[in-house]
Amino acid sequence: MSLLQHLSTSISSSSSAFLVHSNFNSRTKNVSLQAKRNGICKCVAAVPKESQTAYKTNVSRNGNLAKLQAGYLFPEIGRRRAAHLLKYPDAQVISLGIGDTTEPIPEVITSAMGKRSEELSTLEGYSGYGAEQGEKSLRAAIASTFYSNLGIEDDDIFVSDGAKCDISRLQVVFGADVTMAVQDPSYPAYVDSSVIMGQTGQFQKDVLKFESIEYMKCTPENGFFPDLSGVSRTDIIFFCSPNNPTGAAATREQLTQLVKFAKDNGSIIVYDSAYAMYMSEDNPRSIFEIPGAKEVAIETSSFSKYAGFTGVRLGWTVVPKELLFSDGFPVAKDFNRIVCTCFNGASNIAQAGGLACLSPEGLKAMHEVIGFYKENTDIIVETFNSLGFNVYGGKNAPYVWVHFPGRSSWDVFSEILEKTHVVTTPGSGFGPAGEGFVRVSAFGHRSNILEACKRFKQLYK
Amino acid sequence: MVQASLKAKRDGVGYRTKVPRNVNMENLQNGYLFSEISRCKLQHIEKFPNAKLISLGVGDTTEPLPDIIASSMAEYALALSTPEGYRGYGPEQGYEALRKAIAESFYKDISVKDTEIFVTDGSQCDITRLQLVLGANVTIAVQDPSYPVYQDSSIIIGQAGNYKDEALKCRNIEYMRCSPQNNFFPDLDTTSRADIIFFCSPNNPTGHAATRKQLEKLVEFARNNGSIIIFDSAYASYILDDSPRSIFEIPGAREVAIEVSSFSKLAGFTGVRLGWTVVPEELLFSNGFPVRNDFDRIVCTCFSGASNIAQAGGLACLSSEGLKATESMVQYYMENARILVDTFTSLGLEVYGGANAPYVWVRFPGSKSWDVFSEILEKTHIITAPGSGFGAGGEEFLRISAYGNRKCILEASRRLGSFFS
Repeated sequence: MSLLQHLSTSISSSSSAFLVHSNFNSRTKNVSLQAKRNGICKCVAAVPKESQTAYKTNVSRNGNLAKLQAGYLFPEIGRRRAAHLLKYPDAQVISLGIGDTTEPIPEVITSAMGKRSEELSTLEGYSGYGAEQGEKSLRAAIASTFYSNLGIEDDDIFVSDGAKCDISRLQVVFGADVTMAVQDPSYPAYVDSSVIMGQTGQFQKDVLKFESIEYMKCTPENGFFPDLSGVSRTDIIFFCSPNNPTGAAATREQLTQLVKFAKDNGSIIVYDSAYAMYMSEDNPRSIFEIPGAKEVAIETSSFSKYAGFTGVRLGWTVVPKELLFSDGFPVAKDFNRIVCTCFNGASNIAQAGGLACLSPEGLKAMHEVIGFYKENTDIIVETFNSLGFNVYGGKNAPYVWVHFPGRSSWDVFSEILEKTHVVTTPGSGFGPAGEGFVRVSAFGHRSNILEACKRFKQLYK
Repeated sequence: MVQASLKAKRDGVGYRTKVPRNVNMENLQNGYLFSEISRCKLQHIEKFPNAKLISLGVGDTTEPLPDIIASSMAEYALALSTPEGYRGYGPEQGYEALRKAIAESFYKDISVKDTEIFVTDGSQCDITRLQLVLGANVTIAVQDPSYPVYQDSSIIIGQAGNYKDEALKCRNIEYMRCSPQNNFFPDLDTTSRADIIFFCSPNNPTGHAATRKQLEKLVEFARNNGSIIIFDSAYASYILDDSPRSIFEIPGAREVAIEVSSFSKLAGFTGVRLGWTVVPEELLFSNGFPVRNDFDRIVCTCFSGASNIAQAGGLACLSSEGLKATESMVQYYMENARILVDTFTSLGLEVYGGANAPYVWVRFPGSKSWDVFSEILEKTHIITAPGSGFGAGGEEFLRISAYGNRKCILEASRRLGSFFS
């Protein structure tokens, strides 16, 4: 093992401890925060006392960042976990919160990355800057593996260091003067990046929503697909399927409706398909399976959850040539400009890994690991079902969405953490319609999944 | 269905969404400089398929990685297949071991803490992340000429306003001319206040490394104006004399500066992707809010950390063997620079840089730099970088990169010698 592996433990996401050692303790105070009456967990860093006499520059803080209510959700979960470990140093904490892959990467993939690494020390094998859009061979492999017969060409594909990063790059392309819609609940990066870009107004504490964001409620009552007849027009529509956090996979009919809605409104769908390979059912894996989607949609995806590349960092975004702004300018041209100016391409070693992922052997190996996590999901679903809970998701995604009617999700999160030492993710962290739900991630060693389920059974029997 | 839409595409008649294009993107006049140069390169190759093209344009490292670094990354990658060696998400700010090693290697006597260091996938990306932190409502100053990303990212984020003249100067940007006449350090007495001051030393493209006195003036200027310096030290490892390698060598800098740096040119990591940014604890916005907190928020929300394999490589770079090996590579490129400087000097041309940076900055009085670029490309099959691509202050100049295999550098020198004599 290399030095770095020795020096870093797998009790990772030490972002939880990152700001703790500073002179000011803006975050340490809040680690044992009780959920407030209205369900918000407020971890806003206050202006530290020391700095009131310290030198200040004359540069105004970006008002958009001040609108963010708390830290990004997952570092918050990490902080809670770290605090819990401090409180119970001997507890066997099981992490089913942050959706972090746990199983080793198949050898066919790592050996390709090892080989590429070694090649970089040879004259013939060394390469410097790569094409910012990604290596041609990888773009071609992505196109043929995921988009064959869908009319998506190699150069519609932009390889990146991950979907989360791509979401922000897309926001930089769109700029501050567009409106956006998100599912409620949804992956927090869509809303947070929108706030950062200046597309939203202020946070409205009474409804727990940002002004000018259109929240499309997705609940058990509507089968986790929004009632589009009640949704106002926005420029951009973020849609994730299979969904993080609810696990819902939209049907062909639903996506056809969505594409029609976008077309009728002249909107652009940003379709997040990071979990597509987790589908058990027959639902579309790509938005481009829907006729007409190329004129209204961008698709973003990732190797993170397929190949365990959460630390290796590799993903892609598809921007079809047919996608045009209102003045006729191709969106892909602007995305390309951002990719060339604000980014410098994914690591060449990660890209070598990606190519190996898409070889026949690599695909087979990825399917096996995905199968393993899906078995985990089944175990968790079965557990909560047997306890009489209403359980959603789990069939088409590695997330189980458990309903705790009438309860604050941060309270349930804390209760589960305190009583079973299992970390989950409170539904309200994904949006107001996530209140009353808890997301349980199925990424974990089998023994941990089984142990966690045993503890759930004891707590809720 | 596919045929119909491809036809519509060809006919230029296509469905348009109702989403307005970002006005800031419209404000970008040309393609990104280095993409333009690459385009010229490809065109030239098509025109002269048998020419032996020598690329001294884009500053791309060419020499293989030292074994210790490459094998460290290979080892890390292979270990990801084992239960003990597998790692998922790392801390978005980078692994502590690497942050500590960076603090130890580069900031030992100038007390930068590992908690002030953010490991990333490179300076180009960090500059945009910093712009996301700062937002549209700040003003910037850049050196003229300077690395195009400062201005381009500023336009993209909406700070810069549109162009005011044909010299491609933006309305809201303060340009600090750096020329032979002022020893490549701006006259701060005539520089208007800007919130943010981008400063690169050793400089890309001029090669000038600011002296301690110059940087003291800069820090004082920032302090008097309540500005924030974003100091780009990507080429610090190329300094041969005792010019400061970090802005934090200057007293008072911690309260006014951010430093951005990179393993790209230090270790040949241009494709591997690894860099870092230092945001000191003491750096505060006007309302007292720590800049570091906001940078951390951006890093956690808009980024997921540098590739763990690249980080393993970074750690190997900073081992004593790794430092020795990267030092050798830097010396190799600086020898290239010396050869190029000698060549141009012996031709009687005005030559700058090449002493503390891997860039040679040659002046062709009265000329248009794209014309000189084209002529050299056409007649000697050498790609360079036209100075005006770095700003109006770069007109009349050509940037020649010293990155190349020694044989190529010597061949380039030979051809240039023939061409100019």
